[in-house]
Amino acid sequence: MSKLLKAAQAGTVESSDILIRLIPGDAGSGIQVELVSPTMQQYGKHINNLITTTLVSLGIDDVQVNATDRGALDCTIKARVITALQRAGE
Amino acid sequence: MEKLRRSMMFVPGNNPGMLLNAGIYGADTIILDCEDAVAITEKDSARNLVFQAISEINYGTEVAVRINHISTPFGWDDLKRILPAKPDLIRLPMCQGPDEIRQIDEFISEAEQKNKFPAGSIKMMAAVETPKGLRLAYEIASASPRMVALAIGAEDFIANLKTTRSKLGRELLAARGQLVLAAREAGIQCIDTVFSDINDEEGFKKELELIKEMGFDGKSVVNPRQVSVVHDFFAPTAKEIDHAQRVLAAYQEALEKKSGVISLNGKMIDLPIVARAERTLAYAKATAGKGGK
Amino acid sequence: MKNSIGREIPEFIPGLGKVTGFGGAFARKPVGRTAGAALSTCLPRADKLLASIETAIDAVGLKDGMTISFHHHFRNGDRILNRVVEAIAKKGIRDITLSPSSLNTVNDALIPYIEQGVITAIETSGARGKMGRFLTEGHLKKPLHIRSHGGRAQAIESGAIHIDVAFLGAPACDRYGNINGIQGQSACGSLGYAIQDAAYADQVVAITDNLMPHPLFPISIPQTQVDYIVVVDSIGDPAGIASGALRYTKDPKELLIAKYAADVMDYSGYLQQDFSMQLGSGGASMAVGRFIKTKMLERGITGSFGVGGMTGVFAEMMEEGLFKMMFDVQSFDIPAIDSIKKNSNHLEMSASYYANPHNSGAIVNNLDAVILSATEVDVDFNVNVITDSNGVIMGASGGHCDTAAGAKLTIVVAPLLRGRLPMVKDAVQTVVTPGETVDAIVTERGIAINPKRLDIIDNLKNSGLPIMSIHELKDIAYKLCGKPEAIQLSDEIVGVVEYRDGTIIDVIRRPIF
Repeated sequence: MSKLLKAAQAGTVESSDILIRLIPGDAGSGIQVELVSPTMQQYGKHINNLITTTLVSLGIDDVQVNATDRGALDCTIKARVITALQRAGE
Repeated sequence: MEKLRRSMMFVPGNNPGMLLNAGIYGADTIILDCEDAVAITEKDSARNLVFQAISEINYGTEVAVRINHISTPFGWDDLKRILPAKPDLIRLPMCQGPDEIRQIDEFISEAEQKNKFPAGSIKMMAAVETPKGLRLAYEIASASPRMVALAIGAEDFIANLKTTRSKLGRELLAARGQLVLAAREAGIQCIDTVFSDINDEEGFKKELELIKEMGFDGKSVVNPRQVSVVHDFFAPTAKEIDHAQRVLAAYQEALEKKSGVISLNGKMIDLPIVARAERTLAYAKATAGKGGK
Repeated sequence: MKNSIGREIPEFIPGLGKVTGFGGAFARKPVGRTAGAALSTCLPRADKLLASIETAIDAVGLKDGMTISFHHHFRNGDRILNRVVEAIAKKGIRDITLSPSSLNTVNDALIPYIEQGVITAIETSGARGKMGRFLTEGHLKKPLHIRSHGGRAQAIESGAIHIDVAFLGAPACDRYGNINGIQGQSACGSLGYAIQDAAYADQVVAITDNLMPHPLFPISIPQTQVDYIVVVDSIGDPAGIASGALRYTKDPKELLIAKYAADVMDYSGYLQQDFSMQLGSGGASMAVGRFIKTKMLERGITGSFGVGGMTGVFAEMMEEGLFKMMFDVQSFDIPAIDSIKKNSNHLEMSASYYANPHNSGAIVNNLDAVILSATEVDVDFNVNVITDSNGVIMGASGGHCDTAAGAKLTIVVAPLLRGRLPMVKDAVQTVVTPGETVDAIVTERGIAINPKRLDIIDNLKNSGLPIMSIHELKDIAYKLCGKPEAIQLSDEIVGVVEYRDGTIIDVIRRPIF
């Protein structure tokens, strides 16, 4: 999969979760992550990076990501990104 | 000593907070649930999350996954996604017969081969929740060498019986009895259903007493607070341990004397009693030193 | 300069002047004499009753730059502090130092008076909510001065805090100024935090909604210390003063931590006939009581006394004969208030009796065990209870460092993770309690014993509990969460944390948000 067909989201805003919303981006626009997190100072860069690398590893080049984090761990962030992407590609 | 499964704790598969803490309560097995605890619109979320959780969190205990039944649109997808994370155990709900077990067994074998896992390393268990499943319980239990346990799922079973659940649990007496017989005949473990009113501690203890007497190896639990209660119940008491030690001592003495008759305090002891004493001590050893006083 | 636990403390702090750095939990030996209130007189047949708070402010001659004090026994039901400050502001008085025993979220209403310059300094136990964030942003002219309950009593008695006027909410007060906390619509139980204020303030104004005939019985604060009395409609909202019975948590993670803590106490050897203990009021620390009670019943042992902010849970244990006495500085719930009213072995004590390190022996010195909560702990066993992981003030020092220093066994309970944030770290954001006074850190994923407590380590060897080094515990947290990046701080000091002996253990620098 390398292209999103539609906008999609996965996850929740419950504690320890993250809500990931993906919006298809124009060709060449790249991966744009907008993150809101209570641990911005401690893990903001890391989470941003994790979302980006997860998308890149799945062959995505252009997408806008809105992420509302509630203290999710890496495994949750990856799972939510993957689910949102699967939903966007259906 | 076979793997202890006194407590098998369900954890909702789409709840990151609960998945994170699933391992801390000392349950013998945690069951990451993709079935009843997950809304139908979130099945995809749950299987992705369960996959990541198993891959990245060191739970330090046996990890099972309850998949959706393979007759639903989700069951095979659950297996396909989750098997590469190498769960220890797959729990099938609503099992209706040995064919289902054989199909899943085959699917797991392929996944093991593909992912280079040792053959047979992923175990299986099945929950019986219908009269048909119960009638075929022995066939289900012996349908695959992967099978380690049968469980009973009471809510659906009772609905199928057209009765309701009671405090005394008489409505489940026959089913529980048959399930234990089937599991024992097949040489695997037998796990009781959940007790969902977590505030009724007395009722919970009564039910534990009943199932321990009936021969169950453990219980499915829904709340972490129930784990230590179950473990306390299944732990041999000091009196039981003491008795078992004296039985074995008497047996040893009889062996040394080459006496055909074993007796303790004037009572005859036969071999099944010796076997039971051995089991008690092995159990005591396996449960000792787990989680404080 | 660096103090003895390696925290960088300026020798001179703007607004406070020259300070002394912390040099060890028992390093400072007090010298000199206690301070005292101004002499006063009250002629026979004089009337102490005044018409209003405004009249009382005039009568005491309150002026710019003075220090006023309050107790926090009404917690979030308090109707005194905000009201008095409002009256002071209306009179145009400025530059007041506010010295309440603690602040609650109800006191967020004071923010405008800080902005207007009515209040320019605050000395207290801590701050929460909007006020905590506001103070962290550095809007106060002088840094927030944080003291423990024992440290505050020490500072009042030594004269480091000089109270010009104490405004004391009095649930029951007679016409000549005898006060207790247990009668009337605003009963709050113990008045422990008001006792030093009444004794050491130059002038004392009692504010009551329950004027009783003289003489009142029983008497907590005597007429000899009270100069004026003001009657108002209501000094407190009962619903905010005390909750109904505080009950044990049902959170499985907190219960697990509590069970581990009780087991640590048991295996350490302190759970003996006639032991004494204090339980914090946090979910996990309070729940330890439940497991201790079971162990006491199983073993047929009884305790000697309980200390602290008291709850009905403890009162119940005393009533069942499991403890002989309770020393109560603050009554947390309605059953505790009822108990202090009816049980003669449930004693009210002052903050100094409770925890002052510079008297001839506070009750914390007699404690066998204390169970305390924490926001964060670090690999040196230092504990933070004052700022969150973003450096924002959100808690109170309370009796944390006092009881940790006094008790033979100090157990700190905390979840290993809050959301994604590890609570066992390389270094805590702010040190309130030094690691040398902490013996065990108990989390849901493991227990670490202070390496200097070889005796406890030895006793716990065969307990089956998940004992590990503090570094292993931290590694578990970091493995799950990743290592947190340090937050960005400015050089501006917005708060100082004073240890109970008057030295500075840490400072709070304004985070760059």
